[in-house]
Amino acid sequence: MPQVDFTVRVGGDSATGGIVTTGEIVARIAAYSGLEVYTTRTIPAEIKGGHVMFQLRASEEPVYSQGDDVDMLIAFDQESIDNYYQLVKSGGFLIYNSNDGKPPAAQGLNVYGLPLNDLAKQINFTRGRNIITIGAMVKLFDLPYDKAEEVVRRQLGRKKELLDQNLLALKTGFDYVEQNISRESPYHLIPPTGGIQEDRLVMSGNQALAMGAIAGGCRFYAGYPITPASDIMEFLAAEFPQIHGTMIQAEDEIAAINMCLGASFAGARAMTATSGPGLSLMVEALGHATMTEIPVVVVDVQRAGPSTGMPTKVSQGDLRLAIFGAHDDAPRIVVAPVSVEDCFYQIVHAFNLAEKYQTPVIFLSDQDMSVRVVTIPPFDLNKVKLEPRLLWDPKSIDHGGNGASGNGGGEREYLRYKITESGVSPMSLPGMPGGQYTAEGLEKAESGAPIYTPEAHSRNFEKRARKLANALHDYEAWQMYETFGDLDAPVAIVGWGSTIGPVKEAVLRAQSEGMPVAVLYPKLLYPLPVEHIGAFIENRQAIIVPELNFVGQFGRMLQAQFEREIVHLNKYGGQPLAAREVYNTIKQVYADVKVKAQV
Amino acid sequence: MLSEPQIMPLHFDSVNLKPNDYKSDVKPIWCPGCGDFGVLSSFYKAVSELGIPPEQLVIASGIGCSGRFPAFCKAYGFHGVHGRVLPLATGIKMARPELVVCAVGGDGDAFSIGMGHFPHAARRNVDITYIVMDNEIYGLTKGQASPTSPLGLEKKSTPYGNVDRPLNPLLLAFAAGATWIGRGFSSKPKEMTELIKQAITHKGFSFLQIFSPCVTFYDTYDHFKQVTKPLPADHNPSDKAAGMKYAMDEETLYLGKYYEEDRPTYDDAYSGVRQKATKGAYSFEKLMDKYRR
Repeated sequence: MPQVDFTVRVGGDSATGGIVTTGEIVARIAAYSGLEVYTTRTIPAEIKGGHVMFQLRASEEPVYSQGDDVDMLIAFDQESIDNYYQLVKSGGFLIYNSNDGKPPAAQGLNVYGLPLNDLAKQINFTRGRNIITIGAMVKLFDLPYDKAEEVVRRQLGRKKELLDQNLLALKTGFDYVEQNISRESPYHLIPPTGGIQEDRLVMSGNQALAMGAIAGGCRFYAGYPITPASDIMEFLAAEFPQIHGTMIQAEDEIAAINMCLGASFAGARAMTATSGPGLSLMVEALGHATMTEIPVVVVDVQRAGPSTGMPTKVSQGDLRLAIFGAHDDAPRIVVAPVSVEDCFYQIVHAFNLAEKYQTPVIFLSDQDMSVRVVTIPPFDLNKVKLEPRLLWDPKSIDHGGNGASGNGGGEREYLRYKITESGVSPMSLPGMPGGQYTAEGLEKAESGAPIYTPEAHSRNFEKRARKLANALHDYEAWQMYETFGDLDAPVAIVGWGSTIGPVKEAVLRAQSEGMPVAVLYPKLLYPLPVEHIGAFIENRQAIIVPELNFVGQFGRMLQAQFEREIVHLNKYGGQPLAAREVYNTIKQVYADVKVKAQV
Repeated sequence: MLSEPQIMPLHFDSVNLKPNDYKSDVKPIWCPGCGDFGVLSSFYKAVSELGIPPEQLVIASGIGCSGRFPAFCKAYGFHGVHGRVLPLATGIKMARPELVVCAVGGDGDAFSIGMGHFPHAARRNVDITYIVMDNEIYGLTKGQASPTSPLGLEKKSTPYGNVDRPLNPLLLAFAAGATWIGRGFSSKPKEMTELIKQAITHKGFSFLQIFSPCVTFYDTYDHFKQVTKPLPADHNPSDKAAGMKYAMDEETLYLGKYYEEDRPTYDDAYSGVRQKATKGAYSFEKLMDKYRR
């Protein structure tokens, strides 16, 4: 067990401001001080007003989930005290605003009242309460003050005057604790080893994803603002113009994806990012991309639905929409990253699959992963290889060319939708003489000319399915999956997406208690890696599928595919999965299937 | 180092192009007498006279009789979904500004399902040419009222007469900020060819409405012959108020170039953004440094 494994929850009303900032600054101070961090947050969908919760977990070892229990609660208002004090561990801490709240009459809590309003008034900075609190925490937990200053400078240093005020607030909180709370801190967050020395980035899933898009060769983005995907657009708006890319804020999601299709048709690697409501609007264009065989990457940062739902809460409810959302059979590839770091590498795979198979790829992130700030190793560009699109070579007889360059007019015509063994046909791009064709949404002959014969229609269905099946080779070759745990265990967990973190923690705990579990997280969800998953679950006595949706969308897919009973762990309240919930399920499964625990 | 995605080669070696050089092997499926035939042959003529290499020309479309237009041309074509031709054309143009991009459609595609995109393409001044073949009816779905059908029109979906007031595409174009606005008639091929040439040559968003009657479901040839006439010779296309005044006339439907304005195109504007954003050589390492602890 790590010596330091510490969870802080910050709660307050968003109208008073700064709750998420407080959390993110504390997270960064911890990260800068040599700890691994993992954060989660729930914010109201409203701009001002409404309850905000931010949670930080810090440890000297990698952290996989938000933490089940709270070591310290920072409550800016009474609601936060009342709602959360029971989550605080015995011996834990409560910091509250003693000008604006009453502590609970609970035993076993270390309660520190900070007269935040008074302190803020003293320094003439009413909005400084959160930074004063941070200063107090730094002292209480013996964090390096210089790191705290550095973070405040980097995060809040845009305006000199405001920065000075914030630095003063930090000092005020620090000094207050030093002078008024005489006891020495019982909690040294920095381990004697000094924490982790390795190079780390502190960033969110959306930031990692946007950087992955840049590395993955994406140079065209069109999108429409939507929570929780907008910051991908904002990130690329700043970066793309510097790398000769283009970012367009479209008039709606339908326009966004059609702009991407136009750009990709013209040769650019193109992406849009949205959430459930936007993906719903893009469904028609996605079918069109399958039909015209145009590569495009569509990111869906899933949020709780249906309809408007809960825009700032997490869900994994769009799996069925991603896979099946189309009229008639319009197969596309569906990729799901499992973590913030993974967002970077999997989005590169998403682009490579889209280009290689000339097909839309849906990338299923989620709200929790997208906003969560964690420490991760720097990205390794050596691991990034760009798969090119198969372009038409007019000199190649195989490509239907006439063997000569020039302005077409040879004996053989270019066949954009040529039936090939792999299903992939060489694609020409505007500007290539002789390669003219129409990207056609109607059913068509190999040339692209509309045709309605049963033969052509059947042949094209087979072609479009054939090329996707080949993506399964890349699944193997690029190792688009993670396995861990005891691979000989009688119980398996097969999951997808960001639930992997709490599963990792729960499995470690269960394992140490003699309940081994084998875990598989495929990152390619369509086409489904049937052979790999089938072999993995074949001899297990029980299969648990944890996911954040009501019906168990992935679990039911596996049930249908393998005709196996599935233990569904479905969570659908809009919150991330907790390690304890997974652990309890494992325990229950061991009891139910009477698998003998191996002690 | 970032790997750069592929860049496609371009050639400019075509000379002496004839209208037939733009004709594909796909035979038009339009009804005999359809106004769209006239538009298509004027288009062939216009692009050949302008000498645009066919491989440098992209024609995008949506759904409707007009949507089949690209397949009849030996250019690059994109037959998109219903109503989305302008986002498609915007994507093509912004990814490859050196291409000549035309968008074609009908009144339903443009002003009903696709209306949400029209003002945005216009206000951005995307350097594309939008030709709307307006027959005031839904032809491909066999004769329902369209957003430009006149009041009282009795058709299958309006058996007691159309009660939806028709909209005025030219005024919309003015309001949205199109920088070239014109109107043609498929029975006036010479003038139409000239308008198409001017619309394509204009740098910016060109909107060309062409009356293109539907002989099968709503034959308006005689009507348009009676109510159309050329814009007065003294009309000054840089006079926006005068152009709008002519556009407002519902008795006489004027043909010709209503308006032209010189304004930076969308790709010009975005080049400005690139210049503003670029500070020396791009470094992915530096980007990571922003997030390094």
